Amino acid sequence: MSEDFKDNKTIQAQSSETISGGGSGVSPDIDHVRPAEVEEQDLYHGHSFITKWIFCQDAKVIGVQYFLLATFTGIIGLILSWLMRLQLGFPGAASFMTAEHYYQFVTMHGMIMVVYFLTALFLGGFGNYLIPLMVGARDMVFPYLNMVSFWMFFIAVGVLLASFFVPGGPTGAGWTLYPPQTILEGTPGSGMGILLMCLSLILFVAGFTMGGLNYLITVLQARTRGMTLMRMPLTVWGIFTATVLAMLAFPALLVGALMMSLDKILGTSFFMPTILKAGEVLEYGGGSPILFQHLFWFFGHPEVYIVALPAFGIISDLISVHSRKNIFGYRMMVWAIVGIGGLSFFVWAHHMYVSGMNPWFGFFFATTTLIIAVPTAMKVYNWILTLWRGNIRMNTVMLWCLGFIVTFVNGGITGIFLGNVTVDVPLSDTYFVIAHFHMVMGIAPLMVIMGAVYHWFPLVAGRFLDEKLGKWHFWATFLGAYSIYFPMHYLGFIGVPRRYFEMYDSPYVASATGMNEFISLAAFLVGAAQFILIFNIIKTLKTGKPAGSNPWKACSLEWLTPTVPPEHGNWGDRLPVVHRWAYDYSVPGAKEDFITQTTPPSEVVNTGVEKT
Amino acid sequence: MSDPKIEGYVFKPGFKGMAQDTGSDQTMFKGVHWGKAMMWIFLLSDTFIFSCFLISYMKGRGSTLVEWPNPSEVFALDAFGVPVPLLLIAIMTFVLITSSGTMALAVKYGYEKNRKMCGWLILATAIGGLTFVGMQAFEWSKLIHEGVRPWENPFGAKQFGSFFFMITGFHGTHVSIGVIFLFIYAYKTFAGHYDERKRGWFTTMKGDYVEIEILGLYWHFVDLVWVFIFAFFYLW
Ligand code: HEM
Ligand SMILES: [Cu+2]
Repeated sequence: MSEDFKDNKTIQAQSSETISGGGSGVSPDIDHVRPAEVEEQDLYHGHSFITKWIFCQDAKVIGVQYFLLATFTGIIGLILSWLMRLQLGFPGAASFMTAEHYYQFVTMHGMIMVVYFLTALFLGGFGNYLIPLMVGARDMVFPYLNMVSFWMFFIAVGVLLASFFVPGGPTGAGWTLYPPQTILEGTPGSGMGILLMCLSLILFVAGFTMGGLNYLITVLQARTRGMTLMRMPLTVWGIFTATVLAMLAFPALLVGALMMSLDKILGTSFFMPTILKAGEVLEYGGGSPILFQHLFWFFGHPEVYIVALPAFGIISDLISVHSRKNIFGYRMMVWAIVGIGGLSFFVWAHHMYVSGMNPWFGFFFATTTLIIAVPTAMKVYNWILTLWRGNIRMNTVMLWCLGFIVTFVNGGITGIFLGNVTVDVPLSDTYFVIAHFHMVMGIAPLMVIMGAVYHWFPLVAGRFLDEKLGKWHFWATFLGAYSIYFPMHYLGFIGVPRRYFEMYDSPYVASATGMNEFISLAAFLVGAAQFILIFNIIKTLKTGKPAGSNPWKACSLEWLTPTVPPEHGNWGDRLPVVHRWAYDYSVPGAKEDFITQTTPPSEVVNTGVEKT
Repeated sequence: MSDPKIEGYVFKPGFKGMAQDTGSDQTMFKGVHWGKAMMWIFLLSDTFIFSCFLISYMKGRGSTLVEWPNPSEVFALDAFGVPVPLLLIAIMTFVLITSSGTMALAVKYGYEKNRKMCGWLILATAIGGLTFVGMQAFEWSKLIHEGVRPWENPFGAKQFGSFFFMITGFHGTHVSIGVIFLFIYAYKTFAGHYDERKRGWFTTMKGDYVEIEILGLYWHFVDLVWVFIFAFFYLW
């Protein structure tokens, strides 16, 4: 084994004077940073193709693997949404589309998008790639575990997709999987389908835990010299807090999935009340279906913030870089992220207003729900204030950022409607809810992902993505998504229920048909527009404009590696030393409009920001 | 516990110290091994799993209409013809708690680099765990013999069997995994892997006696959880 470590460098802790070489006649003392506490991480360097690209322990490769697999799963989710829209807009157009299939597609679409696409992509993809680079570590702290984490995810996806091919097909119970109907005959996929779904979720949680431990310990215990928590880019804060939420929320999902499987396999009655079927009493009895709802939403609500918090963090960084201004109210942003994360554990029953509950209980959850709007609104104000009088670059990344703010505010406002019990009860289970959560956690995070891809592609691939294609991609997605989801608010108000295969002869039909057709056409367009990105990536991977190092003139560490794209170990033979936060843009008196995190104070005397 | 020695860092006591550590660079928990920090966070997550189980159990027990069986009767064991309530469980609990003691000693001898003593104590812990699992298997078979199943229960509410088998089963799996690792670690200790800082088979990380402490954290946790399960199932 030891020959694998030959090229391991042991580095002595160096004081910053030797690194920065002191400044222009200033006492080198102001550049002093405490020596390293922890010895250098020894890394396993793969040599063969398999250890370098497949069972790889480098967090950057694992991040890309997560990214690709999540995207692949997301495309399946997208295709399912097309099929659903085909049925809703043009009932009967596809002959294979039965009600059963429709339910299965709704379910798989929802679960795939929320868990296997967004969660995996933000935490597994961006988390792995960016955390070590942004905090100045050589890699995640447990590279082997990190690798296993990805492969668990791989198996989880495999199991999930396998359910399309088992007898009965995938489960069609809705992504919320509410018992008792989930495991009763008559619901599509109530046999193998639901079992594979539960198994896949359990595997996902296990795999995620391995990754999550890595992200947390890397942030807590493996930052580079000078990197305090309050100097970390908000991206890291977002992913970090989301991981904490995931570590505490996924257990509820795991327990729910396990108990559901036992109800199915062993015939226990955890969630199953006494049930009469065709005049006969089933074996089940005495269980509590509401218990599952509590378990599910104790996971489910934090889950939406598991997706949203990384998006908040990433967007803050993108806005700051591309408007050449420090993020407005950095500390407020950090505390808002942490506060939202904490509060998100106390609001789950707002998904259960219609399940029936004590009015005081509803009152409590409505109050906590509305309180969350406060830190969230603070963040929105801060994004806008960051843009305010900034030196805005109107590139593709910025477009995605602006698109995010608009869609997020839109979805947030409808959230405030739904947080109130009396408003929610008539709107629940209508298209208004669909519009709400797609705006806020479908489209808004998607915009962030896109912005992030256009922003960090030059780092990962060393080349820019094509701006022209990027702008087409943006406008098609933005206008298209609005065409899909804006009318859905109206559909919700007139009472069109969600998860209905067809409206039959209900009074909605006449007034909603045209709108449904329009929405479906827009959905086809938006889905198709995403392939512009794939085309763009393929096109620019080889022939795109070379980016060089730090093409956006950013301050944060990930752009300051000795090689672009960064190699295994990230930092060559010397770890970076950090002297400031990640947002010193447009500092008055400085030579350039940005001061990197590694610039020692002695090089920027007279700017007023020697140390930040 | 004394503070670790860190060049250029002056520790402060109490709350101020906590704030200073949190605000400092590089690490939040000064001098804490990565693996140890990881185990603590994993255990926090695991605590949530067991909490979900136990809260579900409370809810399930509270909402069933059929009467819950009396624990002093179902869990009684015949000793010389007299049914003694909680006899087996008392022994099980005693064995498991004792194994926590041997584990703690193993950690101590590990840090003193007393390879032999450390190895034997780990082995003793493993055997304690194995005994526990064995007795649990015995209790399961006794209940099954009497007709209790996950889906039915002659003594009352069927949720009793469901929750009992699921939660003790989940805990027993934790103990079993612990036992497997204890045997592996005992082997590694005796073979001197920690003294020679030999690299792990899979992780390729350099071995260190701290690994025993990390496993110890897990083991104590599993014991602690048992105390709760004990209270919830056998005393309630
Ligand atoms: C082009 C993009 C998308 C389209 C056209 C689309 C369309 C739809 C439609 C038609 C439904 C079913 C409504 C019903 O009958 O209940 C639905 C449900 C859902 N979608 Fe999307 N969607 C898209 C993207 C996303 C994304 C990115 C997410 C990730 C958060 C997402 C998450 C969900 C969820 C969670 C449900 C609920 C599933 C359920 O109620 O069981 N969707 N979507
Ligand atoms: Cu919610």
